[in-house]
Amino acid sequence: MNRKKNHTTYAPAADAEIAIQISNLDVSFGDNHVLRHFSFELPAGKSYAVLGKSGSGKSVLIKCIIGLIKPNAGTIQIFGTNITDLNSVELDKMRMETGFLFQSNALYDSMTVRENLEFPLRRHGIQKTAAEVDELVREALVNVGLPGTDNMMPAELSGGMKKRIALARTLILKPKIILYDEPTTGLDPITGREIGHLMVDIQKKYHTSSLVISHDLNCIHIAADRIVMLIDGTCYAIGTYDELKKSTDLKIKSFFD
Amino acid sequence: MLPAGLVRFLTEIAEVTRFTTKFFREILRPRFEFAEFLRQCFFIGYKSLGLVAITAFIMGLVITIQSRPTLVEFGAEAWLPKMVSVSLVREIAPVITALICAGKIGSGIGAELGSMKVTEQIDAMEVSGTNPYKYLVVTRVMATILMIPILAVLADAVSLYGAYLGSNIRGVVSWDLYWNQVFATLTYSDIMPSILKTFFFGFAIGIIGCYQGFNSKKGTEGVGRSANAAVVISSLLVFIIDLIAVQITDLAGLT
Ligand SMILES: Nc1ncnc2c1ncn2[C@@H]1O[C@H](COP(=O)(O)OP(=O)(O)OP(=O)(O)O)[C@@H](O)[C@H]1O
Ligand SMILES: [Mg+2]
Repeated sequence: MNRKKNHTTYAPAADAEIAIQISNLDVSFGDNHVLRHFSFELPAGKSYAVLGKSGSGKSVLIKCIIGLIKPNAGTIQIFGTNITDLNSVELDKMRMETGFLFQSNALYDSMTVRENLEFPLRRHGIQKTAAEVDELVREALVNVGLPGTDNMMPAELSGGMKKRIALARTLILKPKIILYDEPTTGLDPITGREIGHLMVDIQKKYHTSSLVISHDLNCIHIAADRIVMLIDGTCYAIGTYDELKKSTDLKIKSFFD
Repeated sequence: MLPAGLVRFLTEIAEVTRFTTKFFREILRPRFEFAEFLRQCFFIGYKSLGLVAITAFIMGLVITIQSRPTLVEFGAEAWLPKMVSVSLVREIAPVITALICAGKIGSGIGAELGSMKVTEQIDAMEVSGTNPYKYLVVTRVMATILMIPILAVLADAVSLYGAYLGSNIRGVVSWDLYWNQVFATLTYSDIMPSILKTFFFGFAIGIIGCYQGFNSKKGTEGVGRSANAAVVISSLLVFIIDLIAVQITDLAGLT
């Protein structure tokens, strides 16, 4: 077999108006067709939410964007570069600019909060002096409202705190895009709302574009400019919270009742 | 049509094989995670030291006590150190060490990587510029390959000491005489094959623990099952490797 070597490099266009552009994305696991011809675009500086039932493929969608799952077909462009056929070195470059907040936080149990935050910095081979690293860690912790938690272990943190620390860990690289995988599930409504407001603050402070996966309407209402309805593996509808709430389509309505 | 159980078994074998060949591919590529490797050596070696030593000591003692009556019956009591040291060094110490490590280290790796898998920590590493296979699997497997032989040699020594005490419970063997006898008995062909096979024990324990962890199913139940499967499969593999090793040394005339 003649394997095609690809030389695509990750070269984000500085003035790109579209942060993420997905076209005709197909993902299936065996007979389970999770996404079919899914397309949408996220303008730079905006915050969109993806709303869908549990198991509809929301996590699969953003894991494709970060390159953890390879789609069967279709393209994903981040600031104008198609990332579906980048090699691992180029993929790492893209991942330095794209933060990912995992559904289950994914804090490293065996490391302190500080080591967790330093991990992406060290592993991406970013050259920083000890003082600069200190400053970045402090800044990230302050921005999520948890200064001084450096030496705590993940097991000592509450659910809301874990979420904030996980967010701090994605912020430490100063990403241009942040992907949130269900940032409020498992939290009480009050903490959920706090996280929602935090996401808005972060967006303003770091000038990011963000994509929020959620089925928490409160959080989406607070943090997202527009909502993408992921139904039956496709982008079923797209609109603001108020537009979709008024919709008479039964499939859309069922989410807002 | 093949029965579903057989198909599942064969698929599993294929998956393990693929996981294992990946080990040899990844270990050749640059960037060896040396710091993490040392950390794992410490955990794997140091943390099992006490358990291995105690078990080896007891085995040495017990085997000696159990063997004495038979030898006395044949009037061959003086052969006790000879006989016991051969069985301890050739078989009992390495296999006991491997089984203890399969239980302690295999389950530890299975549970640790399993919970990292289900809480997406492995994915998080991948998006943080780290190859999780290199960082987690290669380091752990290298550590078990290195540490289990060291633990086995330690077990040899401690079990021989246990045997010394055991032979002095009813008889009298002086310290010097005992060790003279032991070293006169043990030859290269007793020691080398038995140490060599522990490298394979170490490899099996490490790779099975990692494989089970990496393929953990969602939920705490999945993690428990991975840890359990790691112990069961690696213990079984230890015996299978032992069986193969015996055949090879036998064929090579090293008996
Ligand atoms: N690695 C994988 N291998 C096989 N199937 C997968 C894999 N990842 C996801 N799936 C399947 O894809 C479908 C969508 O899963 P996904 O995790 O994206 O759901 P979700 O929309 O995020 O749900 P939730 O709201 O519960 O998180 C599920 O049917 C799941 O079984
Ligand atoms: Mg999900």
